[in-house]
Amino acid sequence: MSMMSDTRRSGPSGLGKIFALNWPLIVLITAIACAGFTMLFSVAGGALDPWARAQMIRFAVGMIAMVIIAMIPIRFWLYMAPVAYLFAMGLLVLVEVMGHVGMGAQRWIDLGFILLQPSEVMKIALVMVLAAYYNWLDVDKVSHIFWVILPLILILLPVGLVLKQPDLGTALLLVMGGGAVMFLAGVSLWYFGTALAAAVALVTAVLKSQGTDWQLLKDYQYRRIFTFLDPSADPLGAGYHITQAKIAMGSGGLSGRGYMQGTQSRLNFLPEKHTDFIFTTLAEEFGFVGSTALLGLYTLVIVFCIFSAISNRNRFGALLTGGIAVTFFLFFAVNMGMVMGLMPVVGVPLPLVSYGGSAMLVLLAAFGLVQSAHVHRPRIRD
Amino acid sequence: MSGNDRDLPPPITRRALMLGGLQLGVIGALGWRMRDLQIKQNEHFHFLAEENRINMRLLPPARGLIHDRHGRLLAGNRQNYRIVMVREQASDPELILDRLAKIIDLPPEDRDRVLREMQARSAFVPVVVQEHLTWEDVARVSANAPVLPGVIPEVGLSRFYPEGWNTAHVVGYVGPVSERDLEKLEDPDPLLQIPRFQIGKTGAEQRLETDLRGQAGNQRIEVSAAGRVMREIDRVEGTAGNDLVLTLDQGVQDFAMQRMQGESAAVSVIDVTNGDIIALASSPGFDPNSFVFGISSPEWNALLNDEYRPLSNKTVSGAYPPGSTFKMVVALAALEAGVANPGETVYCPGFSQLGRRRFHCWKRGGHGSVDLRNSLAHSCDVYYYEMARRVGADRISAMAHRLGLGVRHDLPMPAVTEGLMPDRAWKKERRGEAWTVGDSFNYGIGQGFTLASPLQLSVMTARIATGLSVTPRLVHTMGGVEQPVHPMEPLGISARSLNSVRDGMYTVSNVPGGTAYRSRIDVETMEMAGKTGTSQVRNITAAERAAGVTRNEQLPWNRRDHALFVAFAPYDRPKYAIAQVVEHGGGGSTAAAPVARDILLRALYGELPPMEAYPSEQRSSIEERWIELGFMEPEPVEADPA
Repeated sequence: MSMMSDTRRSGPSGLGKIFALNWPLIVLITAIACAGFTMLFSVAGGALDPWARAQMIRFAVGMIAMVIIAMIPIRFWLYMAPVAYLFAMGLLVLVEVMGHVGMGAQRWIDLGFILLQPSEVMKIALVMVLAAYYNWLDVDKVSHIFWVILPLILILLPVGLVLKQPDLGTALLLVMGGGAVMFLAGVSLWYFGTALAAAVALVTAVLKSQGTDWQLLKDYQYRRIFTFLDPSADPLGAGYHITQAKIAMGSGGLSGRGYMQGTQSRLNFLPEKHTDFIFTTLAEEFGFVGSTALLGLYTLVIVFCIFSAISNRNRFGALLTGGIAVTFFLFFAVNMGMVMGLMPVVGVPLPLVSYGGSAMLVLLAAFGLVQSAHVHRPRIRD
Repeated sequence: MSGNDRDLPPPITRRALMLGGLQLGVIGALGWRMRDLQIKQNEHFHFLAEENRINMRLLPPARGLIHDRHGRLLAGNRQNYRIVMVREQASDPELILDRLAKIIDLPPEDRDRVLREMQARSAFVPVVVQEHLTWEDVARVSANAPVLPGVIPEVGLSRFYPEGWNTAHVVGYVGPVSERDLEKLEDPDPLLQIPRFQIGKTGAEQRLETDLRGQAGNQRIEVSAAGRVMREIDRVEGTAGNDLVLTLDQGVQDFAMQRMQGESAAVSVIDVTNGDIIALASSPGFDPNSFVFGISSPEWNALLNDEYRPLSNKTVSGAYPPGSTFKMVVALAALEAGVANPGETVYCPGFSQLGRRRFHCWKRGGHGSVDLRNSLAHSCDVYYYEMARRVGADRISAMAHRLGLGVRHDLPMPAVTEGLMPDRAWKKERRGEAWTVGDSFNYGIGQGFTLASPLQLSVMTARIATGLSVTPRLVHTMGGVEQPVHPMEPLGISARSLNSVRDGMYTVSNVPGGTAYRSRIDVETMEMAGKTGTSQVRNITAAERAAGVTRNEQLPWNRRDHALFVAFAPYDRPKYAIAQVVEHGGGGSTAAAPVARDILLRALYGELPPMEAYPSEQRSSIEERWIELGFMEPEPVEADPA
């Protein structure tokens, strides 16, 4: 573990760590979260309650957690990676056993102050454990078949549990997030080609299995997929959400209908307007300018993370940062793609904007890890 | 190995940049999609959003009011409080309805209907729970609103008929539009699509529907996805329907209905100077308001099964053999044809022999020698058998048509009868038989095939009184525009003939021995000229005639004779003509003439006629009847003590 000596030698300590934080990233995250408060205020009809105030408190708590996590040496998180993974797996099994039933699926554990979604925790834990794995593994062995199967098992175990909930969207995000870490670690592109081919085969199998005894997905999941493929077929049924979301976005135009003036969201045409569909309200009220501005903020978060990863010579820190960046990217890309009718409605929140404690806290904790990796990164020697 | 790595750059750089590029590509695609939706398709989606939130609602216009000639309201609109229920807002409709049933009267069948309708329609469509509630009911519902989610009190306009029973046949009534109405009407008016929209079902309400209905207004409202009204964007008020003034004098109409109480009877009173219908009353009446409220089936069955046929508008739809009231027509036909002179006498032995058939006069012993005046005064049948034989069916028919019989008068009411004034061609065509002299004999006394409505008989009387083509008019003013009086042309009947007939009619009700002498008017300026009629509704067999004709009182009601009376007054300056029918009332002189006289007097005086108008010997009995009918107080109160 040679990196440790580097860290000890060149890392900042004490208060200095505060200055070493990735401040542009903090500013970006805060800006995105503020956009979220603004929209939650709007969809509540111009009121702090029930959403905006609670979201602000969670954000404040999450930011403090983020800084604390950032202050702790990255080495500690390296050791914690397997623990986090086992913890998340335990939670997933727990929801399977005694989950809180909501939205037709068992996804939450009620911790009293928050409804914890284990799959959210797993998104980060999986990235952590894979980053730790590749940190441990010799670079020469990453493409060896045996050393590829091990991480695949690490990915597919939670994916299987999440699919059982069933939560197709999260399962796909886990696969892609885990895959991204493997990709960053340098696993041969042949494997990815093979995986892609296998995915195509799987999709075919899933579609073919519908209506048979071994049907792989729930009926409503099939409905969502088919609705996505042709939303106009059922404009008042399942396709209603997508159609109304597109109307909301499209009616925003260049500069939007004005803050708190969006008729689609004010008049309840939009479903789940404070959670998964909050982007449509923003797009309706602030138009193309507003929606691209938010997209730009997200892009900058990704860019800063990638720069941080590239400049980080700690393999764990670099892989962790890159993996979390991809997970974050998947969040907003899938959410936006979904509300714009580019992807099926899979139930992924808009990161840092959608109302929801679990996702917000997990994401800020993840950025805490990114910050820790950033603060404690070994600098490139002059 | 790891020691060597220390000097190498982190190996993730290349892959990180590859992945970053991929992500940027996806972000680019997202941005492109935003541009596509928000810039390129903006207009399209903007339009859809507007459509989403804006709903049009029709505003039903106020239906035109109906007044009588003196401005008395016959059909008006009043606020109708009703409650509707929206399934979506009612968490548990059955529970809510149970709660509602404790607050207002909600029969189980209504409850079932509401649940059924709510299931059948979209969750946000309001379903009418109860209509015609009192303000107190609505207040109670409003007070309990917190435990009645989805229950909404509304206020609309609903028809009501303050005069109720007395004008039901003329004004008619409205009711909720039915599927059958929609098919029948081919009316594109979107108003009819409003559930429970009220349209005219009969009477003037039905025939003048398009005038009374008015134009729908509309309201643009912003709605939420749930269909809840958020706010009104704008509103275009509809145009109220045209108000209607009828020629009816409701005072006379009321009096007529009261006077005919207990009888199945009909009366038509016409202003002979312009054809205005003053009263058009058919007894018994019914309450049109009960149709607006939705009539109960026992009530409906009672109306249908009543042998007095309250739903039938007998004044215009009832076709009766005119009996002796038709004799003026025969006389005029004969005089105008030149086959008789007023002074010429015919001998009446009590019957007229035609081959082996004997046609009886109503007076078994006969009238002896009768001229025109006496033939009318005593209603001698033999005289008219002879006149009919002389002049023939075709000329009688022609004269009848000139006098407004056998003609459908255009009044805004359904089922206005044409009656029947046959001629030889008619019988050939309809019966396939030749006209016989016997047919002419029957024609001569207004029996046989002959049919006329009270309305037609009143027109006939008005035309005899004036010699002009008096044509009935019911609508005085429509939407502030006075409807034209039909031009009154001379009928082309010689004054000599008309005067002879009028003189005979005068004798009927003013000279002792006249069939209606008892029903005379004892005021010189208002003397009435009339004609009684008694029309048989059964055949009298020879055997019965030999044994003595059964008296009407001994027959079952529906086999008794119809009593008729026609008259005009004042004799020297005619103002009103009247035709009275009392179904199965017996003799015209006893059952019909007194009623007609009273109604005519009421019209002439414009108020309850003074006792001086009546023959002195009848005054006390008439006063008694007035008190009985509620026209007068038992102890007349001095109006002005000074």
